[in-house]
Amino acid sequence: MFGKLGRYKYKQWFWGYLFVLPVMAGFFLFMIYPMISGIALSFYKWPGIGPKEWAGVANYLKMFNDAHFLRAVGNTVYYTLGILVLGIPLALFWAILLNQKFLKGRNFFRLIYFLPTVTMMAAVSMVWKWLLSPNYGLVNYFLGLVGLPKVNWLLDPKWAMPGLILMSIWKGTGFNMVIFLAGLQGIPKTYYEAAEIDGATAWHRFRYITLPLLSPTTFFVVITTMITSFQIFQQAYILTEGGPREATTTIVFYIYKNAFEWFKMGYSCAQSVFLLLILILATLIQWRIQRRWVHYA
Amino acid sequence: MPKGSYEAKRAFLVTITYALIIFFAISMVMPFLWMVSTSLKDINQVFTMPPQWIPRPPRWENYLQIFELMDFGRYWLNTIIVTFGRMAGQFIFCTLAAYAFARLSFPGRNLLFFLLLSSLMVPFETLMVPTFVLMKELGWINTYWALIVPHGLGAFGGAFLVFLLRQFFLTIPKEFEESAIIDGASPFRIFWSIMLPLAKPALAALLIFSFRGAWNDFTYPLIVTNTDNMKVLSLGILGFKGLRAGMTQWHLMMGAATLSILPMILVFLVAQKYFIEGITVGGLKE
Repeated sequence: MFGKLGRYKYKQWFWGYLFVLPVMAGFFLFMIYPMISGIALSFYKWPGIGPKEWAGVANYLKMFNDAHFLRAVGNTVYYTLGILVLGIPLALFWAILLNQKFLKGRNFFRLIYFLPTVTMMAAVSMVWKWLLSPNYGLVNYFLGLVGLPKVNWLLDPKWAMPGLILMSIWKGTGFNMVIFLAGLQGIPKTYYEAAEIDGATAWHRFRYITLPLLSPTTFFVVITTMITSFQIFQQAYILTEGGPREATTTIVFYIYKNAFEWFKMGYSCAQSVFLLLILILATLIQWRIQRRWVHYA
Repeated sequence: MPKGSYEAKRAFLVTITYALIIFFAISMVMPFLWMVSTSLKDINQVFTMPPQWIPRPPRWENYLQIFELMDFGRYWLNTIIVTFGRMAGQFIFCTLAAYAFARLSFPGRNLLFFLLLSSLMVPFETLMVPTFVLMKELGWINTYWALIVPHGLGAFGGAFLVFLLRQFFLTIPKEFEESAIIDGASPFRIFWSIMLPLAKPALAALLIFSFRGAWNDFTYPLIVTNTDNMKVLSLGILGFKGLRAGMTQWHLMMGAATLSILPMILVFLVAQKYFIEGITVGGLKE
């Protein structure tokens, strides 16, 4: 019997390596190798064909003196803040609404709120281009109904980014809501019952029970939303093509332009490395703090 | 507080809650309804104000026109080939890897798993240029190979699927495989005849995430394809933006959007349970 178990140990080695081989091969060939070659390329000047010209850290220096790049960073931060400040409280609010004990049809409403998150971004971007159209768009029509002035959404540099934020909140809030809902359902009911007996108001229960006990979830949602928001590209590419007047040129959009329209491959790679470093930093912070915060009760 | 006023307050709260929930639900669905409504209008009806919700008469022939004006059928076919190709690859390879990481012990296992997980920190958006260069070196630009193989082998997001499945395999009690081990079964046999049947709900989640990722993908095909006959839906529908210079054919564009969104919505409605469970179990973004 022990012989068989002992032999199983070595069988596990063989099968173990065999089973992880395809995925690890894909990982090294299509992620690690491009990552390394991308970092290497960021030190060269290269128009996409022909010989590469060593540039040292010139691409990196250029980046921080490039007003267009800094503008792109600013736009990305603007977008991210918009999603964090408006989208996350909305997701929490929805989760609290759907978590009410008396509510009937919870699963139905959860499904409705979640629906946009599974749909194709390219297609819904087209739909929103239509919804945000200044003269015939539904959004301006409703603004008019409640007596607000028409907004020149995607054509006005001031309003283009708010337009993208509005659409992205519609598209993505249901995702965070589901996470919040799971977090809320993890808070023991007894806390609320005890608070109710003590006569705590709804606000107090929210402020002193829900918020603190939900903080690991909130932290997770904030960081992951920040990470994905920083990668915003499709909406800018499809809805506004980065404009008007660079108002929606985000980091990834600028990276794309540099590489595939202006053929500044090396410069584009330097920007990618910069973005990657930010994203890795955010993730590491999340992993570190999450480990300290999450309670596996 | 008198009982009557408490009840009145409660009834008020219940009403407000429902009103808000319904208001938000309508706002979420409205863009979809407007999309379908627009897709059935003729071009003059599209621009009537105030908006007309029910197109009279509904012009179903708009949908035929989409297929006449563009190679929309080709985009569909490409998307289906790419989606099923990636799903097959991820289903086989991510499941095998997840099983190995969860139930087999071999030297370096944790290191490899950690490496794989950390690839979640690296989105495709940061690898656009080197991926393009690699695909060019491989001669894979404008091929199904480029569109299917990397994702099929679990690159760009497949680590999430491995993680999801691994979490599931970890919950299966040891007793299930012990007697099989004593009977001399190989890890592959145990995987095939014991683990896979038990993992059905997790496999359903994997397939759905895989489907969504492939069907909706945009940035990756944008980089590795540039000919019209290799376009997937997400790229193909952009063609309606510039059709007939100056004037966007909104009704056709909305029809194309409807046709692109519909399969995903149907899959979601059928399998939403696995979807939402997958998200809360994984607790990770796409």
